[in-house]
Amino acid sequence: MHNAQPMISMFFRLRSIALALAVLAIAGLSGAAQAQTEIDITGGRIDPLPIAIAPFLAGGGAEEPASTISTVIANDLGRSGYFAPIDPQTFIEQITSFEQMPGFASWRQIQAKALVTGQVFDEGGKLRVEFRLWDVNTAQQLAAQQFTASPKNARRIGHMIADIIYKAMTGIDGYFDTRVVFVSEQGPKDKRIKTLVIMDQDGFNVRPLSDGSDLVLTPRFSPSTNEITYMSFGKGDPRVYLMNIDTRQREIVGEFPNMSFAPRFSPDGQRVIMSLQDGGNANIFELDLRSRQLRQLTNVPAINTAPSYSPDGSQITFESDRGGTQQIYVMGADGSNQNRISFGDGRYSTPVWSPDGSYIAFTKQGGGKFAIGVMKPDGSGERILTEGYHNEGPTWAPNSRVIMFFRDTQGESGGPQLWSVDITGYNEQRVPVEGFGSDPAWSPKLN
Amino acid sequence: MNMNRRRIFTTAAALACVAALAACSKKSTPNLEAGNTAIPGSEQDFTVNVGDRVFFAEDQSTLSPEAQETLRRQAQWLQKYPAVTVQVEGHADERGTREYNIALSARRATAAREFLIAQGVAASRISSIAYGKERPAALCDAEQCWSQNRRAVTVITGGAKTS
Repeated sequence: MHNAQPMISMFFRLRSIALALAVLAIAGLSGAAQAQTEIDITGGRIDPLPIAIAPFLAGGGAEEPASTISTVIANDLGRSGYFAPIDPQTFIEQITSFEQMPGFASWRQIQAKALVTGQVFDEGGKLRVEFRLWDVNTAQQLAAQQFTASPKNARRIGHMIADIIYKAMTGIDGYFDTRVVFVSEQGPKDKRIKTLVIMDQDGFNVRPLSDGSDLVLTPRFSPSTNEITYMSFGKGDPRVYLMNIDTRQREIVGEFPNMSFAPRFSPDGQRVIMSLQDGGNANIFELDLRSRQLRQLTNVPAINTAPSYSPDGSQITFESDRGGTQQIYVMGADGSNQNRISFGDGRYSTPVWSPDGSYIAFTKQGGGKFAIGVMKPDGSGERILTEGYHNEGPTWAPNSRVIMFFRDTQGESGGPQLWSVDITGYNEQRVPVEGFGSDPAWSPKLN
Repeated sequence: MNMNRRRIFTTAAALACVAALAACSKKSTPNLEAGNTAIPGSEQDFTVNVGDRVFFAEDQSTLSPEAQETLRRQAQWLQKYPAVTVQVEGHADERGTREYNIALSARRATAAREFLIAQGVAASRISSIAYGKERPAALCDAEQCWSQNRRAVTVITGGAKTS
């Protein structure tokens, strides 16, 4: 349908332009070792691990990026809730050489379990960044790496180092080198201007992807991290669009007789699933982005929407009010075996499969409250992570440990803001972005 | 621009109804006083003398007897002014999730549109659009506002008299 073929192939060609970045393992001072000080994240509340991040040393006038990188690492680790960065004011030893063994006794004295040292050189407009992670108790090096990158990528290097530290100490992949697309909201409620915005996971580097002239909703990342699909009210019926984040090129995903909405990519990025409206009913369809072939997956006179694939692409979870109220269902990716999985009190909606496949996150309404929760794909093990006046629209960090969502507040000056919560239900944090924001979508890992 | 002005005006008309102790929604006879200033066949005539919107119960798209009466008046008016085309806007209150509310508001717009068609208005004269919870008419965190926002509004898109 439509002659958007050339554009589509361009979407596939334009994979993310990798930042000019070289990563090298660097020789340890004492050889790499397994972490003995590990964070046990299997239980409920996690005792954050005290970690000392020594201010990175600077050479060649790299004081600013050195300070940026140290700060980014401390912020990332601290916000995760699994680490407690120690105030540098309390450090007894001042690290003056990257090549010297730290005096571990002094770091033990301030209760540090892990220590990070590093240095940054500006080598004629290129940054060379090196760091080491130490187990303070055993005096062993747990990780070390060298990066070369443009100075404008200093924050990103910080996120990558934080990811390595997180992985070394928890055994789980980090999620700091990621981005979030969301809808920035401005103006009064009855005339809200909504803009697509992309930022780093920590709220920095906020930049607009749309100009606010069209109402935009529910952006979702492609697995390639440089495309999004979303709903937009342009001329005529609201429709599902694709956008290339690097080029800002956008296109309508297909010309259908009525409104299309609630899109999401398949795990291989080759298909989009979405709802198509037909009179009073909405059903779920799959569109193959290459062949443009459309396949109907649900055919029930009800509202069937908010579909999300399992990470292996074999199943789809969605919400439907076919039984009278909004509930969560799971079906085969071909539409077979549509089974309801939510049976608690209240209305369940916006199901999203976790990247590791083990949970489905959802919004739950009941008793005048809106909660964010998780359940297993068979519907068992439901847990509410946060509850209040209005929480909605969960999205998973790529490591399946953190959920971001938006929380609306009451009152004339109220409005939606982005929050995150650990899968344990602890460590609720507001994402530090200015103004109102909703419909967050967490990217996969960038590297 | 034109759209915005119309919306402000219709909101004001709806609020006037609330102020008059819900007389507008109870009485089937329109407010004649305001009607005296409206040009017959104009947008204002339609909004004030006919009533441009119907309301729904929570999570429902069933047309109440009052809503049906309003839509019957709309159909009569549209038959009297056959050049007029309209768009039925479906809306939901903010106490629902985004995707579902889009579909729910489409369901409400469909219910109103189909009623108008059943009353004899040509389907080609009536388009519809679903706004979900994106464009509330009344702004507060209470049922008195939410009930105003669960609505289908018939908006004139062309053919109305201006003089």
